[in-house]
Amino acid sequence: MEHRLRTPISEDDVFALRAGDLVWITGTVYTARDKVHALLRSGDELPVDLAGAVIYHCGPLIQRDKVLSAGPTTSGRVARYTTDVVSRGARLIVGKGGISEEAGALRGKAAYLAYPGGCGALAARHLKVKRLHLPYLGMAEGLWELEAENWGPMIVATDSFGNDLYREAKRSPEKSSKN
Amino acid sequence: MRQEDLIEATVAVLKRSETTLPPWVKEMIKEASEKETSPIARSTLAAILENVEIASSEGVPLCQDTGLPVFYLEVGRDIRVPSFLEKAVAEGVRRATKTVPLRPNAVDPLTRKNTGDNTGQGMPDLIVDFAPGDCLRITAFPKGAGSENASFLSMQNPADDPLEFVASEVAKRAGRACAPVFVGVGLGGTFDLAPRLAKRALFHMPGTSDLELALLSRINEIGPGPMGLGGRTTALAVKIETALCHTASLPVAVNLQCWANRSATAKVGDEGWSID
Repeated sequence: MEHRLRTPISEDDVFALRAGDLVWITGTVYTARDKVHALLRSGDELPVDLAGAVIYHCGPLIQRDKVLSAGPTTSGRVARYTTDVVSRGARLIVGKGGISEEAGALRGKAAYLAYPGGCGALAARHLKVKRLHLPYLGMAEGLWELEAENWGPMIVATDSFGNDLYREAKRSPEKSSKN
Repeated sequence: MRQEDLIEATVAVLKRSETTLPPWVKEMIKEASEKETSPIARSTLAAILENVEIASSEGVPLCQDTGLPVFYLEVGRDIRVPSFLEKAVAEGVRRATKTVPLRPNAVDPLTRKNTGDNTGQGMPDLIVDFAPGDCLRITAFPKGAGSENASFLSMQNPADDPLEFVASEVAKRAGRACAPVFVGVGLGGTFDLAPRLAKRALFHMPGTSDLELALLSRINEIGPGPMGLGGRTTALAVKIETALCHTASLPVAVNLQCWANRSATAKVGDEGWSID
């Protein structure tokens, strides 16, 4: 099934997503990597409100406020912070490689979407810079507020009901390839 | 050899490697996408191919992780190695960081402070081999962290089956290394030689021996497919490099490279430089 979603993302938007569905996003997207997540964990106030937010595991390549390349980074490094992100209200997490070990934290609340790793130039066509928060963290680690326009397709890899494509592919790659 | 020539060649190979995939790599991804039956795997590989086209037509880095500056230098045995060699390559990296541009990725391992220009202690990394001839060949091999973090070294027991070990570990790790991956295998040598062999194996892709093709099909039999989301293609190619090892040892190293197997080479000599 295909979903065209607009931010902020509602609970009903999330509940409509099933593992394997495709999603396109329009609206505000916040990038967050290792350092922003560490801040979240420390309980600090973030300069942005994460209620209904889309969090993107990404350290973009930006030149003079233009997004040149902005594919996902490996989500496994920040998987341990999933509970912190979800408890602040984030509804969608976009990344690559999955957060299977923390998939339980999404249950009933949020979903994880996979965007193809390395596809930075493709993603850049759909993303514009709105603002850079926490600029002292640098280009890769800073919190970029981006405006997405019909950005996708992303694959619902882990839904809010506990289904996880990564786990299925590990269990039986042959079988899942024929789905 | 003129210093400015080496600097310009360094900038040129970085620019080319970041924005354009070697044609044989693109061809492999295309062939893989035709073999996939799962809609998710097909959509993933289609996005990758579209991304490659956009990057090369717009001249922008295909991946935002423009990597760490790794270079493979083949030094002709008949040249006089210039005193400015390392300095010129580093200057090329600094210029390319501004002009390509590259994302500043290089940080101190303890303070995590970013030097801002991708150079500093130990960076760029120059891997040097001697070669016949009277020129210097410089290959940019920018290495992203996703596939580098998923690489590994193991001092195995000589009684173990190293190839089955490699297959199962690659299958486990490939999803977060941006599969479909290229698998550089270093077998034998010592604790530090095995990973050096594995990295050199990536420069010598693709492998075509029976052993390499058998390992490739084993990985694709048990692997999780493109991006770990299910499908047939976990790896695109395997290359194995070996060295003798101690009778008591079996070092096994695997250097993974994501589907974006980026590289570009230039020749630099007394007459100037040109893309190879």
